[in-house]
Amino acid sequence: MPPSTEPPSTGWPLYEVFLRGKRGLNHVHVGSLHAADPEMALRHARDLYTRRNEAVSIWVVPADAITASSPDEKDPFFAPSGDKVYRHPTFYQIPEDVPHI
Amino acid sequence: MSESESEFDAYLSLTDVTEDDHRWAFGTGFADPLAGVDVTLQAGVNPSDAAALAERCLALGDDALIYSHRLQQWVTRAPELEEETALANIALDLLGQARLLLTRAGQAEGRGRDEDQLAFFRDEREFRNVRLVERADADFAELTARLLVFSAWRLALFDRLTADPDPVLAAIAAKAVKELTYHRDYAAAWVIRLGDGTDYSHAKAQAALDALWPLVGELDLDADAAAYLDAVIAEATLTRPSAPPLAPVAGKTGRDGTHTEAMGYILAELQSVARANPDATW
Repeated sequence: MPPSTEPPSTGWPLYEVFLRGKRGLNHVHVGSLHAADPEMALRHARDLYTRRNEAVSIWVVPADAITASSPDEKDPFFAPSGDKVYRHPTFYQIPEDVPHI
Repeated sequence: MSESESEFDAYLSLTDVTEDDHRWAFGTGFADPLAGVDVTLQAGVNPSDAAALAERCLALGDDALIYSHRLQQWVTRAPELEEETALANIALDLLGQARLLLTRAGQAEGRGRDEDQLAFFRDEREFRNVRLVERADADFAELTARLLVFSAWRLALFDRLTADPDPVLAAIAAKAVKELTYHRDYAAAWVIRLGDGTDYSHAKAQAALDALWPLVGELDLDADAAAYLDAVIAEATLTRPSAPPLAPVAGKTGRDGTHTEAMGYILAELQSVARANPDATW
């Protein structure tokens, strides 16, 4: 029998994984995984994405709960801020002892 | 958990900042579980105490080594990629425990044997692992049921060993307790999911418990571990088997070096490369 060209199917829904790393205050998207429910997704995220000692917190979100902007909307969404340099806080000195900036 | 609590949960860790975290980078932040622990045998340890320590470390190290090998055999065979990684992680945790314990056994024994010599150059009758860890899992239900029993038993055991008079064994136990807590929770979640699942998964989970129960008698479960197992079995809507323990052979069990037929095959696979290339390093 020739090998199937179908992608391997899994009955489990997809979850997106966000980690807060040791060196950061925000959760960052790191990937996705399959799991039967949110509890299992959290365990799978621990096993798949925190093996290198990098995380202090995990969020998992059902992939279908995410509403994403579309590449077609890129220009109207993002281009208008491209020429407004005055919106960046680059015109003053950051004090040495203020962390996380 | 109420709705309002779960809304706040997501933000709880945002305020949890540890002093040196902002200097963290990949490849840093790893801790040696034996850091600061003096590995020389304490002065005044008499030879019979040292022999008893060697024997204890050997038995606990062998449990971890053989069970780790059984779990490694699931790699490429697990039902989902995510589960496979979980099982490989657990196998690696146990292999790490085996290395530390066999190293300590060699030091206490005082015959110059290191972890590799103990793992790869002993014969079957010199292994001291319980017979539960030798069993091959027939299916995923057996895997999770056995992991539940093993890790509940071992966690209770290592919890007590954190106060062991030998500082090295105590440090190994302190590291292992965190690992075993995760292994136990992972297994419990699956046993409950399968037992309290469909009729088919329930039957598989019950058959798995029934199949391994004769090997539980050898474990000397303490009251806490037994109560934990009973609670999980009840939540999984399963029945605690009442099968009698697997009989000792001529009064001897795994801890005496008497093993099941499976053991020879495990050791053949585990030891053949090291024995074919005794001086190999990697």
